[in-house]
Amino acid sequence: MKLELRGITKRFGSLVANDHIDLTVEAGEIHALLGENGAGKSTLMNVLYGLYQADDGEVLLDDEVQHFAGPGDAMAAGIGMVHQHFMLIPVFTVAENVMLGNESTKALGRLDLAAARAKVAEISSRFGFHVDPDTLVEDLPVGVQQRVEIIKALSRDARVLVFDEPTAVLTPQETDELMGMMRQLKESGTSIVFITHKLREVREVADRITVIRLGKVVGEAAPTASNAELASLMVGRAVELTVQKQEPTLGDDALVVEHLTVVDPIGQLVVNDVGFTVRRGEILAVAGVQGNGQTELTEALLGLQHRVQGSIMLDGTELIGERVRTVLESGVGFVPEDRNEDGLVGEFTIAENLMLDRSEAPPFVRFGNLQRGALADFARKMVEEFDIRTQGIDEYVQNLSGGNQQKVVLARELSRDLRLLVAAQPTRGVDVGSIEFIHKRIVAARDAGVPVVVVSTELDEVAALADRIMVMYRGRIVGIVPGDTPRDVLGLMMAGETPAEGAAA
Amino acid sequence: MTTTAERPQLSPGATSLDTTVVTSWKAPIAFGIFTLIALGLAVFAPRAGDTTYRWSQESDVIQVPDLVVPAQQALWAVVALLAVATLSSILRVRSKRRIPLWLVVVFAILFMFGFLTWAGAGSSLPMIGLLFGSLSLAVPLIFGSLAGVIGERAGVVNIAIEGQLLAGAFTAAVVASVTGQPWLGLIAAMVAGMLVGMVLAVFSIKYFVDQIIVGVVLNVLVTGLTSFFFSQVLAPNAATLNTPPRFDRFPIPLLGDIPIIGPVFFRQTVIVYLMYIAVALVFFGLFYTRWGLRLRAVGEHPQAADTVGINVNRTRFWNVALAGAIAGLGGTFYTIGSGIAFNKEMTAGAGFIALAAVIFGQWDPIKATLAALLFGFASNLQNTLSVIGSPVPSEFMLMLPYVVTIFAVAGFVGRSRAPAADGKPYIKS
Repeated sequence: MKLELRGITKRFGSLVANDHIDLTVEAGEIHALLGENGAGKSTLMNVLYGLYQADDGEVLLDDEVQHFAGPGDAMAAGIGMVHQHFMLIPVFTVAENVMLGNESTKALGRLDLAAARAKVAEISSRFGFHVDPDTLVEDLPVGVQQRVEIIKALSRDARVLVFDEPTAVLTPQETDELMGMMRQLKESGTSIVFITHKLREVREVADRITVIRLGKVVGEAAPTASNAELASLMVGRAVELTVQKQEPTLGDDALVVEHLTVVDPIGQLVVNDVGFTVRRGEILAVAGVQGNGQTELTEALLGLQHRVQGSIMLDGTELIGERVRTVLESGVGFVPEDRNEDGLVGEFTIAENLMLDRSEAPPFVRFGNLQRGALADFARKMVEEFDIRTQGIDEYVQNLSGGNQQKVVLARELSRDLRLLVAAQPTRGVDVGSIEFIHKRIVAARDAGVPVVVVSTELDEVAALADRIMVMYRGRIVGIVPGDTPRDVLGLMMAGETPAEGAAA
Repeated sequence: MTTTAERPQLSPGATSLDTTVVTSWKAPIAFGIFTLIALGLAVFAPRAGDTTYRWSQESDVIQVPDLVVPAQQALWAVVALLAVATLSSILRVRSKRRIPLWLVVVFAILFMFGFLTWAGAGSSLPMIGLLFGSLSLAVPLIFGSLAGVIGERAGVVNIAIEGQLLAGAFTAAVVASVTGQPWLGLIAAMVAGMLVGMVLAVFSIKYFVDQIIVGVVLNVLVTGLTSFFFSQVLAPNAATLNTPPRFDRFPIPLLGDIPIIGPVFFRQTVIVYLMYIAVALVFFGLFYTRWGLRLRAVGEHPQAADTVGINVNRTRFWNVALAGAIAGLGGTFYTIGSGIAFNKEMTAGAGFIALAAVIFGQWDPIKATLAALLFGFASNLQNTLSVIGSPVPSEFMLMLPYVVTIFAVAGFVGRSRAPAADGKPYIKS
């Protein structure tokens, strides 16, 4: 089915998320929509799917104008969507999720689960998925959950399928499988819109590429375009895609973690007997698919987890059992995974956020009173040094872009006298320009002799920063390998396979 | 440099993490306390004589023989058994094993038996009356908890159950008094409960007002309104407006003649039979029909429901209204179900106990019903014991249902999982 978007405009208050966007997807084509986080890709697709109402413009299917009051209308017209955050109900089975909203019933209004199971089995076998219709979705690995999303869309006879950042949660191998499925779907005549910010994937699978930036279409490209060309289109200027860094100057062992185990409230070992060492002047990157214990590991390092066993020694001092304040005072800098949840107070100003973890003693607090002058001087210096783009130090942090928010967090943490830096997903939801800057600052910290632990699910970031790479899977360490380990080896390790050449590095 | 510690082979296809048992000393501590209470009764307040458990009423066709136990000896035996159970729970926790549910149930029944035997020494306990009364007192709680289950499964916390019960009781009394028709009173009560539910729904779903606050305000409003009308209108005209006819007891043939079960379950009023039907219907509907699937979807992940074309807020609205109607039906128990005139605040917090039953029952209609029965039993125990003249102060026994509520909710709340979107308004951008 041919899909055409004409002049779509969507405003949220004063923000124009989509500004007269035109897009045409031919039948049986994979059309990539490339753009940075916040460029307006997801908004556009939510308009297409009837979740948002466009302020202007129209959607055409096979040259007929459509009016979608809600997702139900879009689905009925043949549009299916695989959402970035899966729209599946964790406590329902696969069959229940697939039938939801489209249920067939038997006598007395009983749900016809048998029919739903048969449908799941039929679509699964058509595309070679292996999905058990009676498993609860929450028990499935994310890769399989995504297949359930695809099955759900196909069970409603979708002929235009939108994939919204589908690879964010997948291992490289699962990503390859997904590409295979997309090609297979294309063969069967389905039109595909593939939304992503990852250049490699676009070039691999797309027939045509449309790039959007700040809510506008800024250009079209062929899949033969180089990474640098695509990146500069996406960002609007030439970007350095690799981080320049020297060979590490290694010092003593600084952080020694042994037999670290973290138990969650229902008794699962989310971090399971983990041991590693980080030396001064070294970056250890923790790679792995989201949700394999990395979050809990970083929280344990900071003292935020409660059921922890084992040992975390920083420069010969045990950190387990210490209060978070003590851990911070012993020189641990922490960039949390979710800055809006754990790193910043959105309704506080930049200056106030910069002193969040220094409210106990001078220079910012004397005899219980805030020292506004000292704070303002410090804040101005940080804004300058970390290139935080803002109206001033009294701007509320919630009004900053993701990249500038992250720079505030980084400025706060790096301006202390650090003996360990723990950075979880330091560039998630951050624009490419800021990514460059943040990576440089992290490398600078390492060159200054600080041991660094970086947790990232993005292999590009891991490859750019790591001196050594530790891969985690289901709470355990699969292996610790050198920083230049090839991507495919890392991919296999992220799926839990121990590398052939052994775990030592 | 660094090697990982020895590590068992990972299986890439496995979906679950290794687990360990999170040990909790809650159960052994609670067991210990109750064992000491039983021991204290045996040592410091010994009671002479036999306790007679009566299992039949004189009118029964089939008579079940009475159970006679010597009080003091029985209490000591119970203390010994409780001590064994406590000890075994301590050993289980120390060896990192879970306390099975059956042990908790057996412990509770043993303790109850010991306590009843002690309290009833020298007299006879009318077991049929005790259980029959428990079921009756549980009726509004069960209707209330069904209303709670439906609301919360759909994502709206229904704090207003208390108000809905009260509105139902009031309306049923007035309409039935005026028309002389208890059935009309019943329907009017459902409408009244539904209206209260709709107010809750409009404010919380359409205007995103905090559900807890709207619920509390509604309770206060209904209490105020019914009290006002009671003292200003009903009291001066009690003969015409507040003399409700009652539903008579209606023994079901055959079923009603089964020993013990018959007199407890099948010689009740039509409201109790409606309760059986409602529990079965809600259970079936919730888990086996389209209505239930959509209802649960809306309460677990409203956005997912929206993306498959389900109108989240409309679904929530009508289900909260339905929940209100069910709670209103429960309110009829107080007036036309018992043949009692309406009185100020006569529901006395039953709506909140029903809410506790929802959590204790883990948002499952059957389990919530069982929880409500437990609370009904705790309430009726006081009545029975004061009739036979037990040594326990009646003020203490009046506390019992509330104490049971606190312990039940505190002990279980961490173990069950609420619907994921419970209490959160769905705001579309």
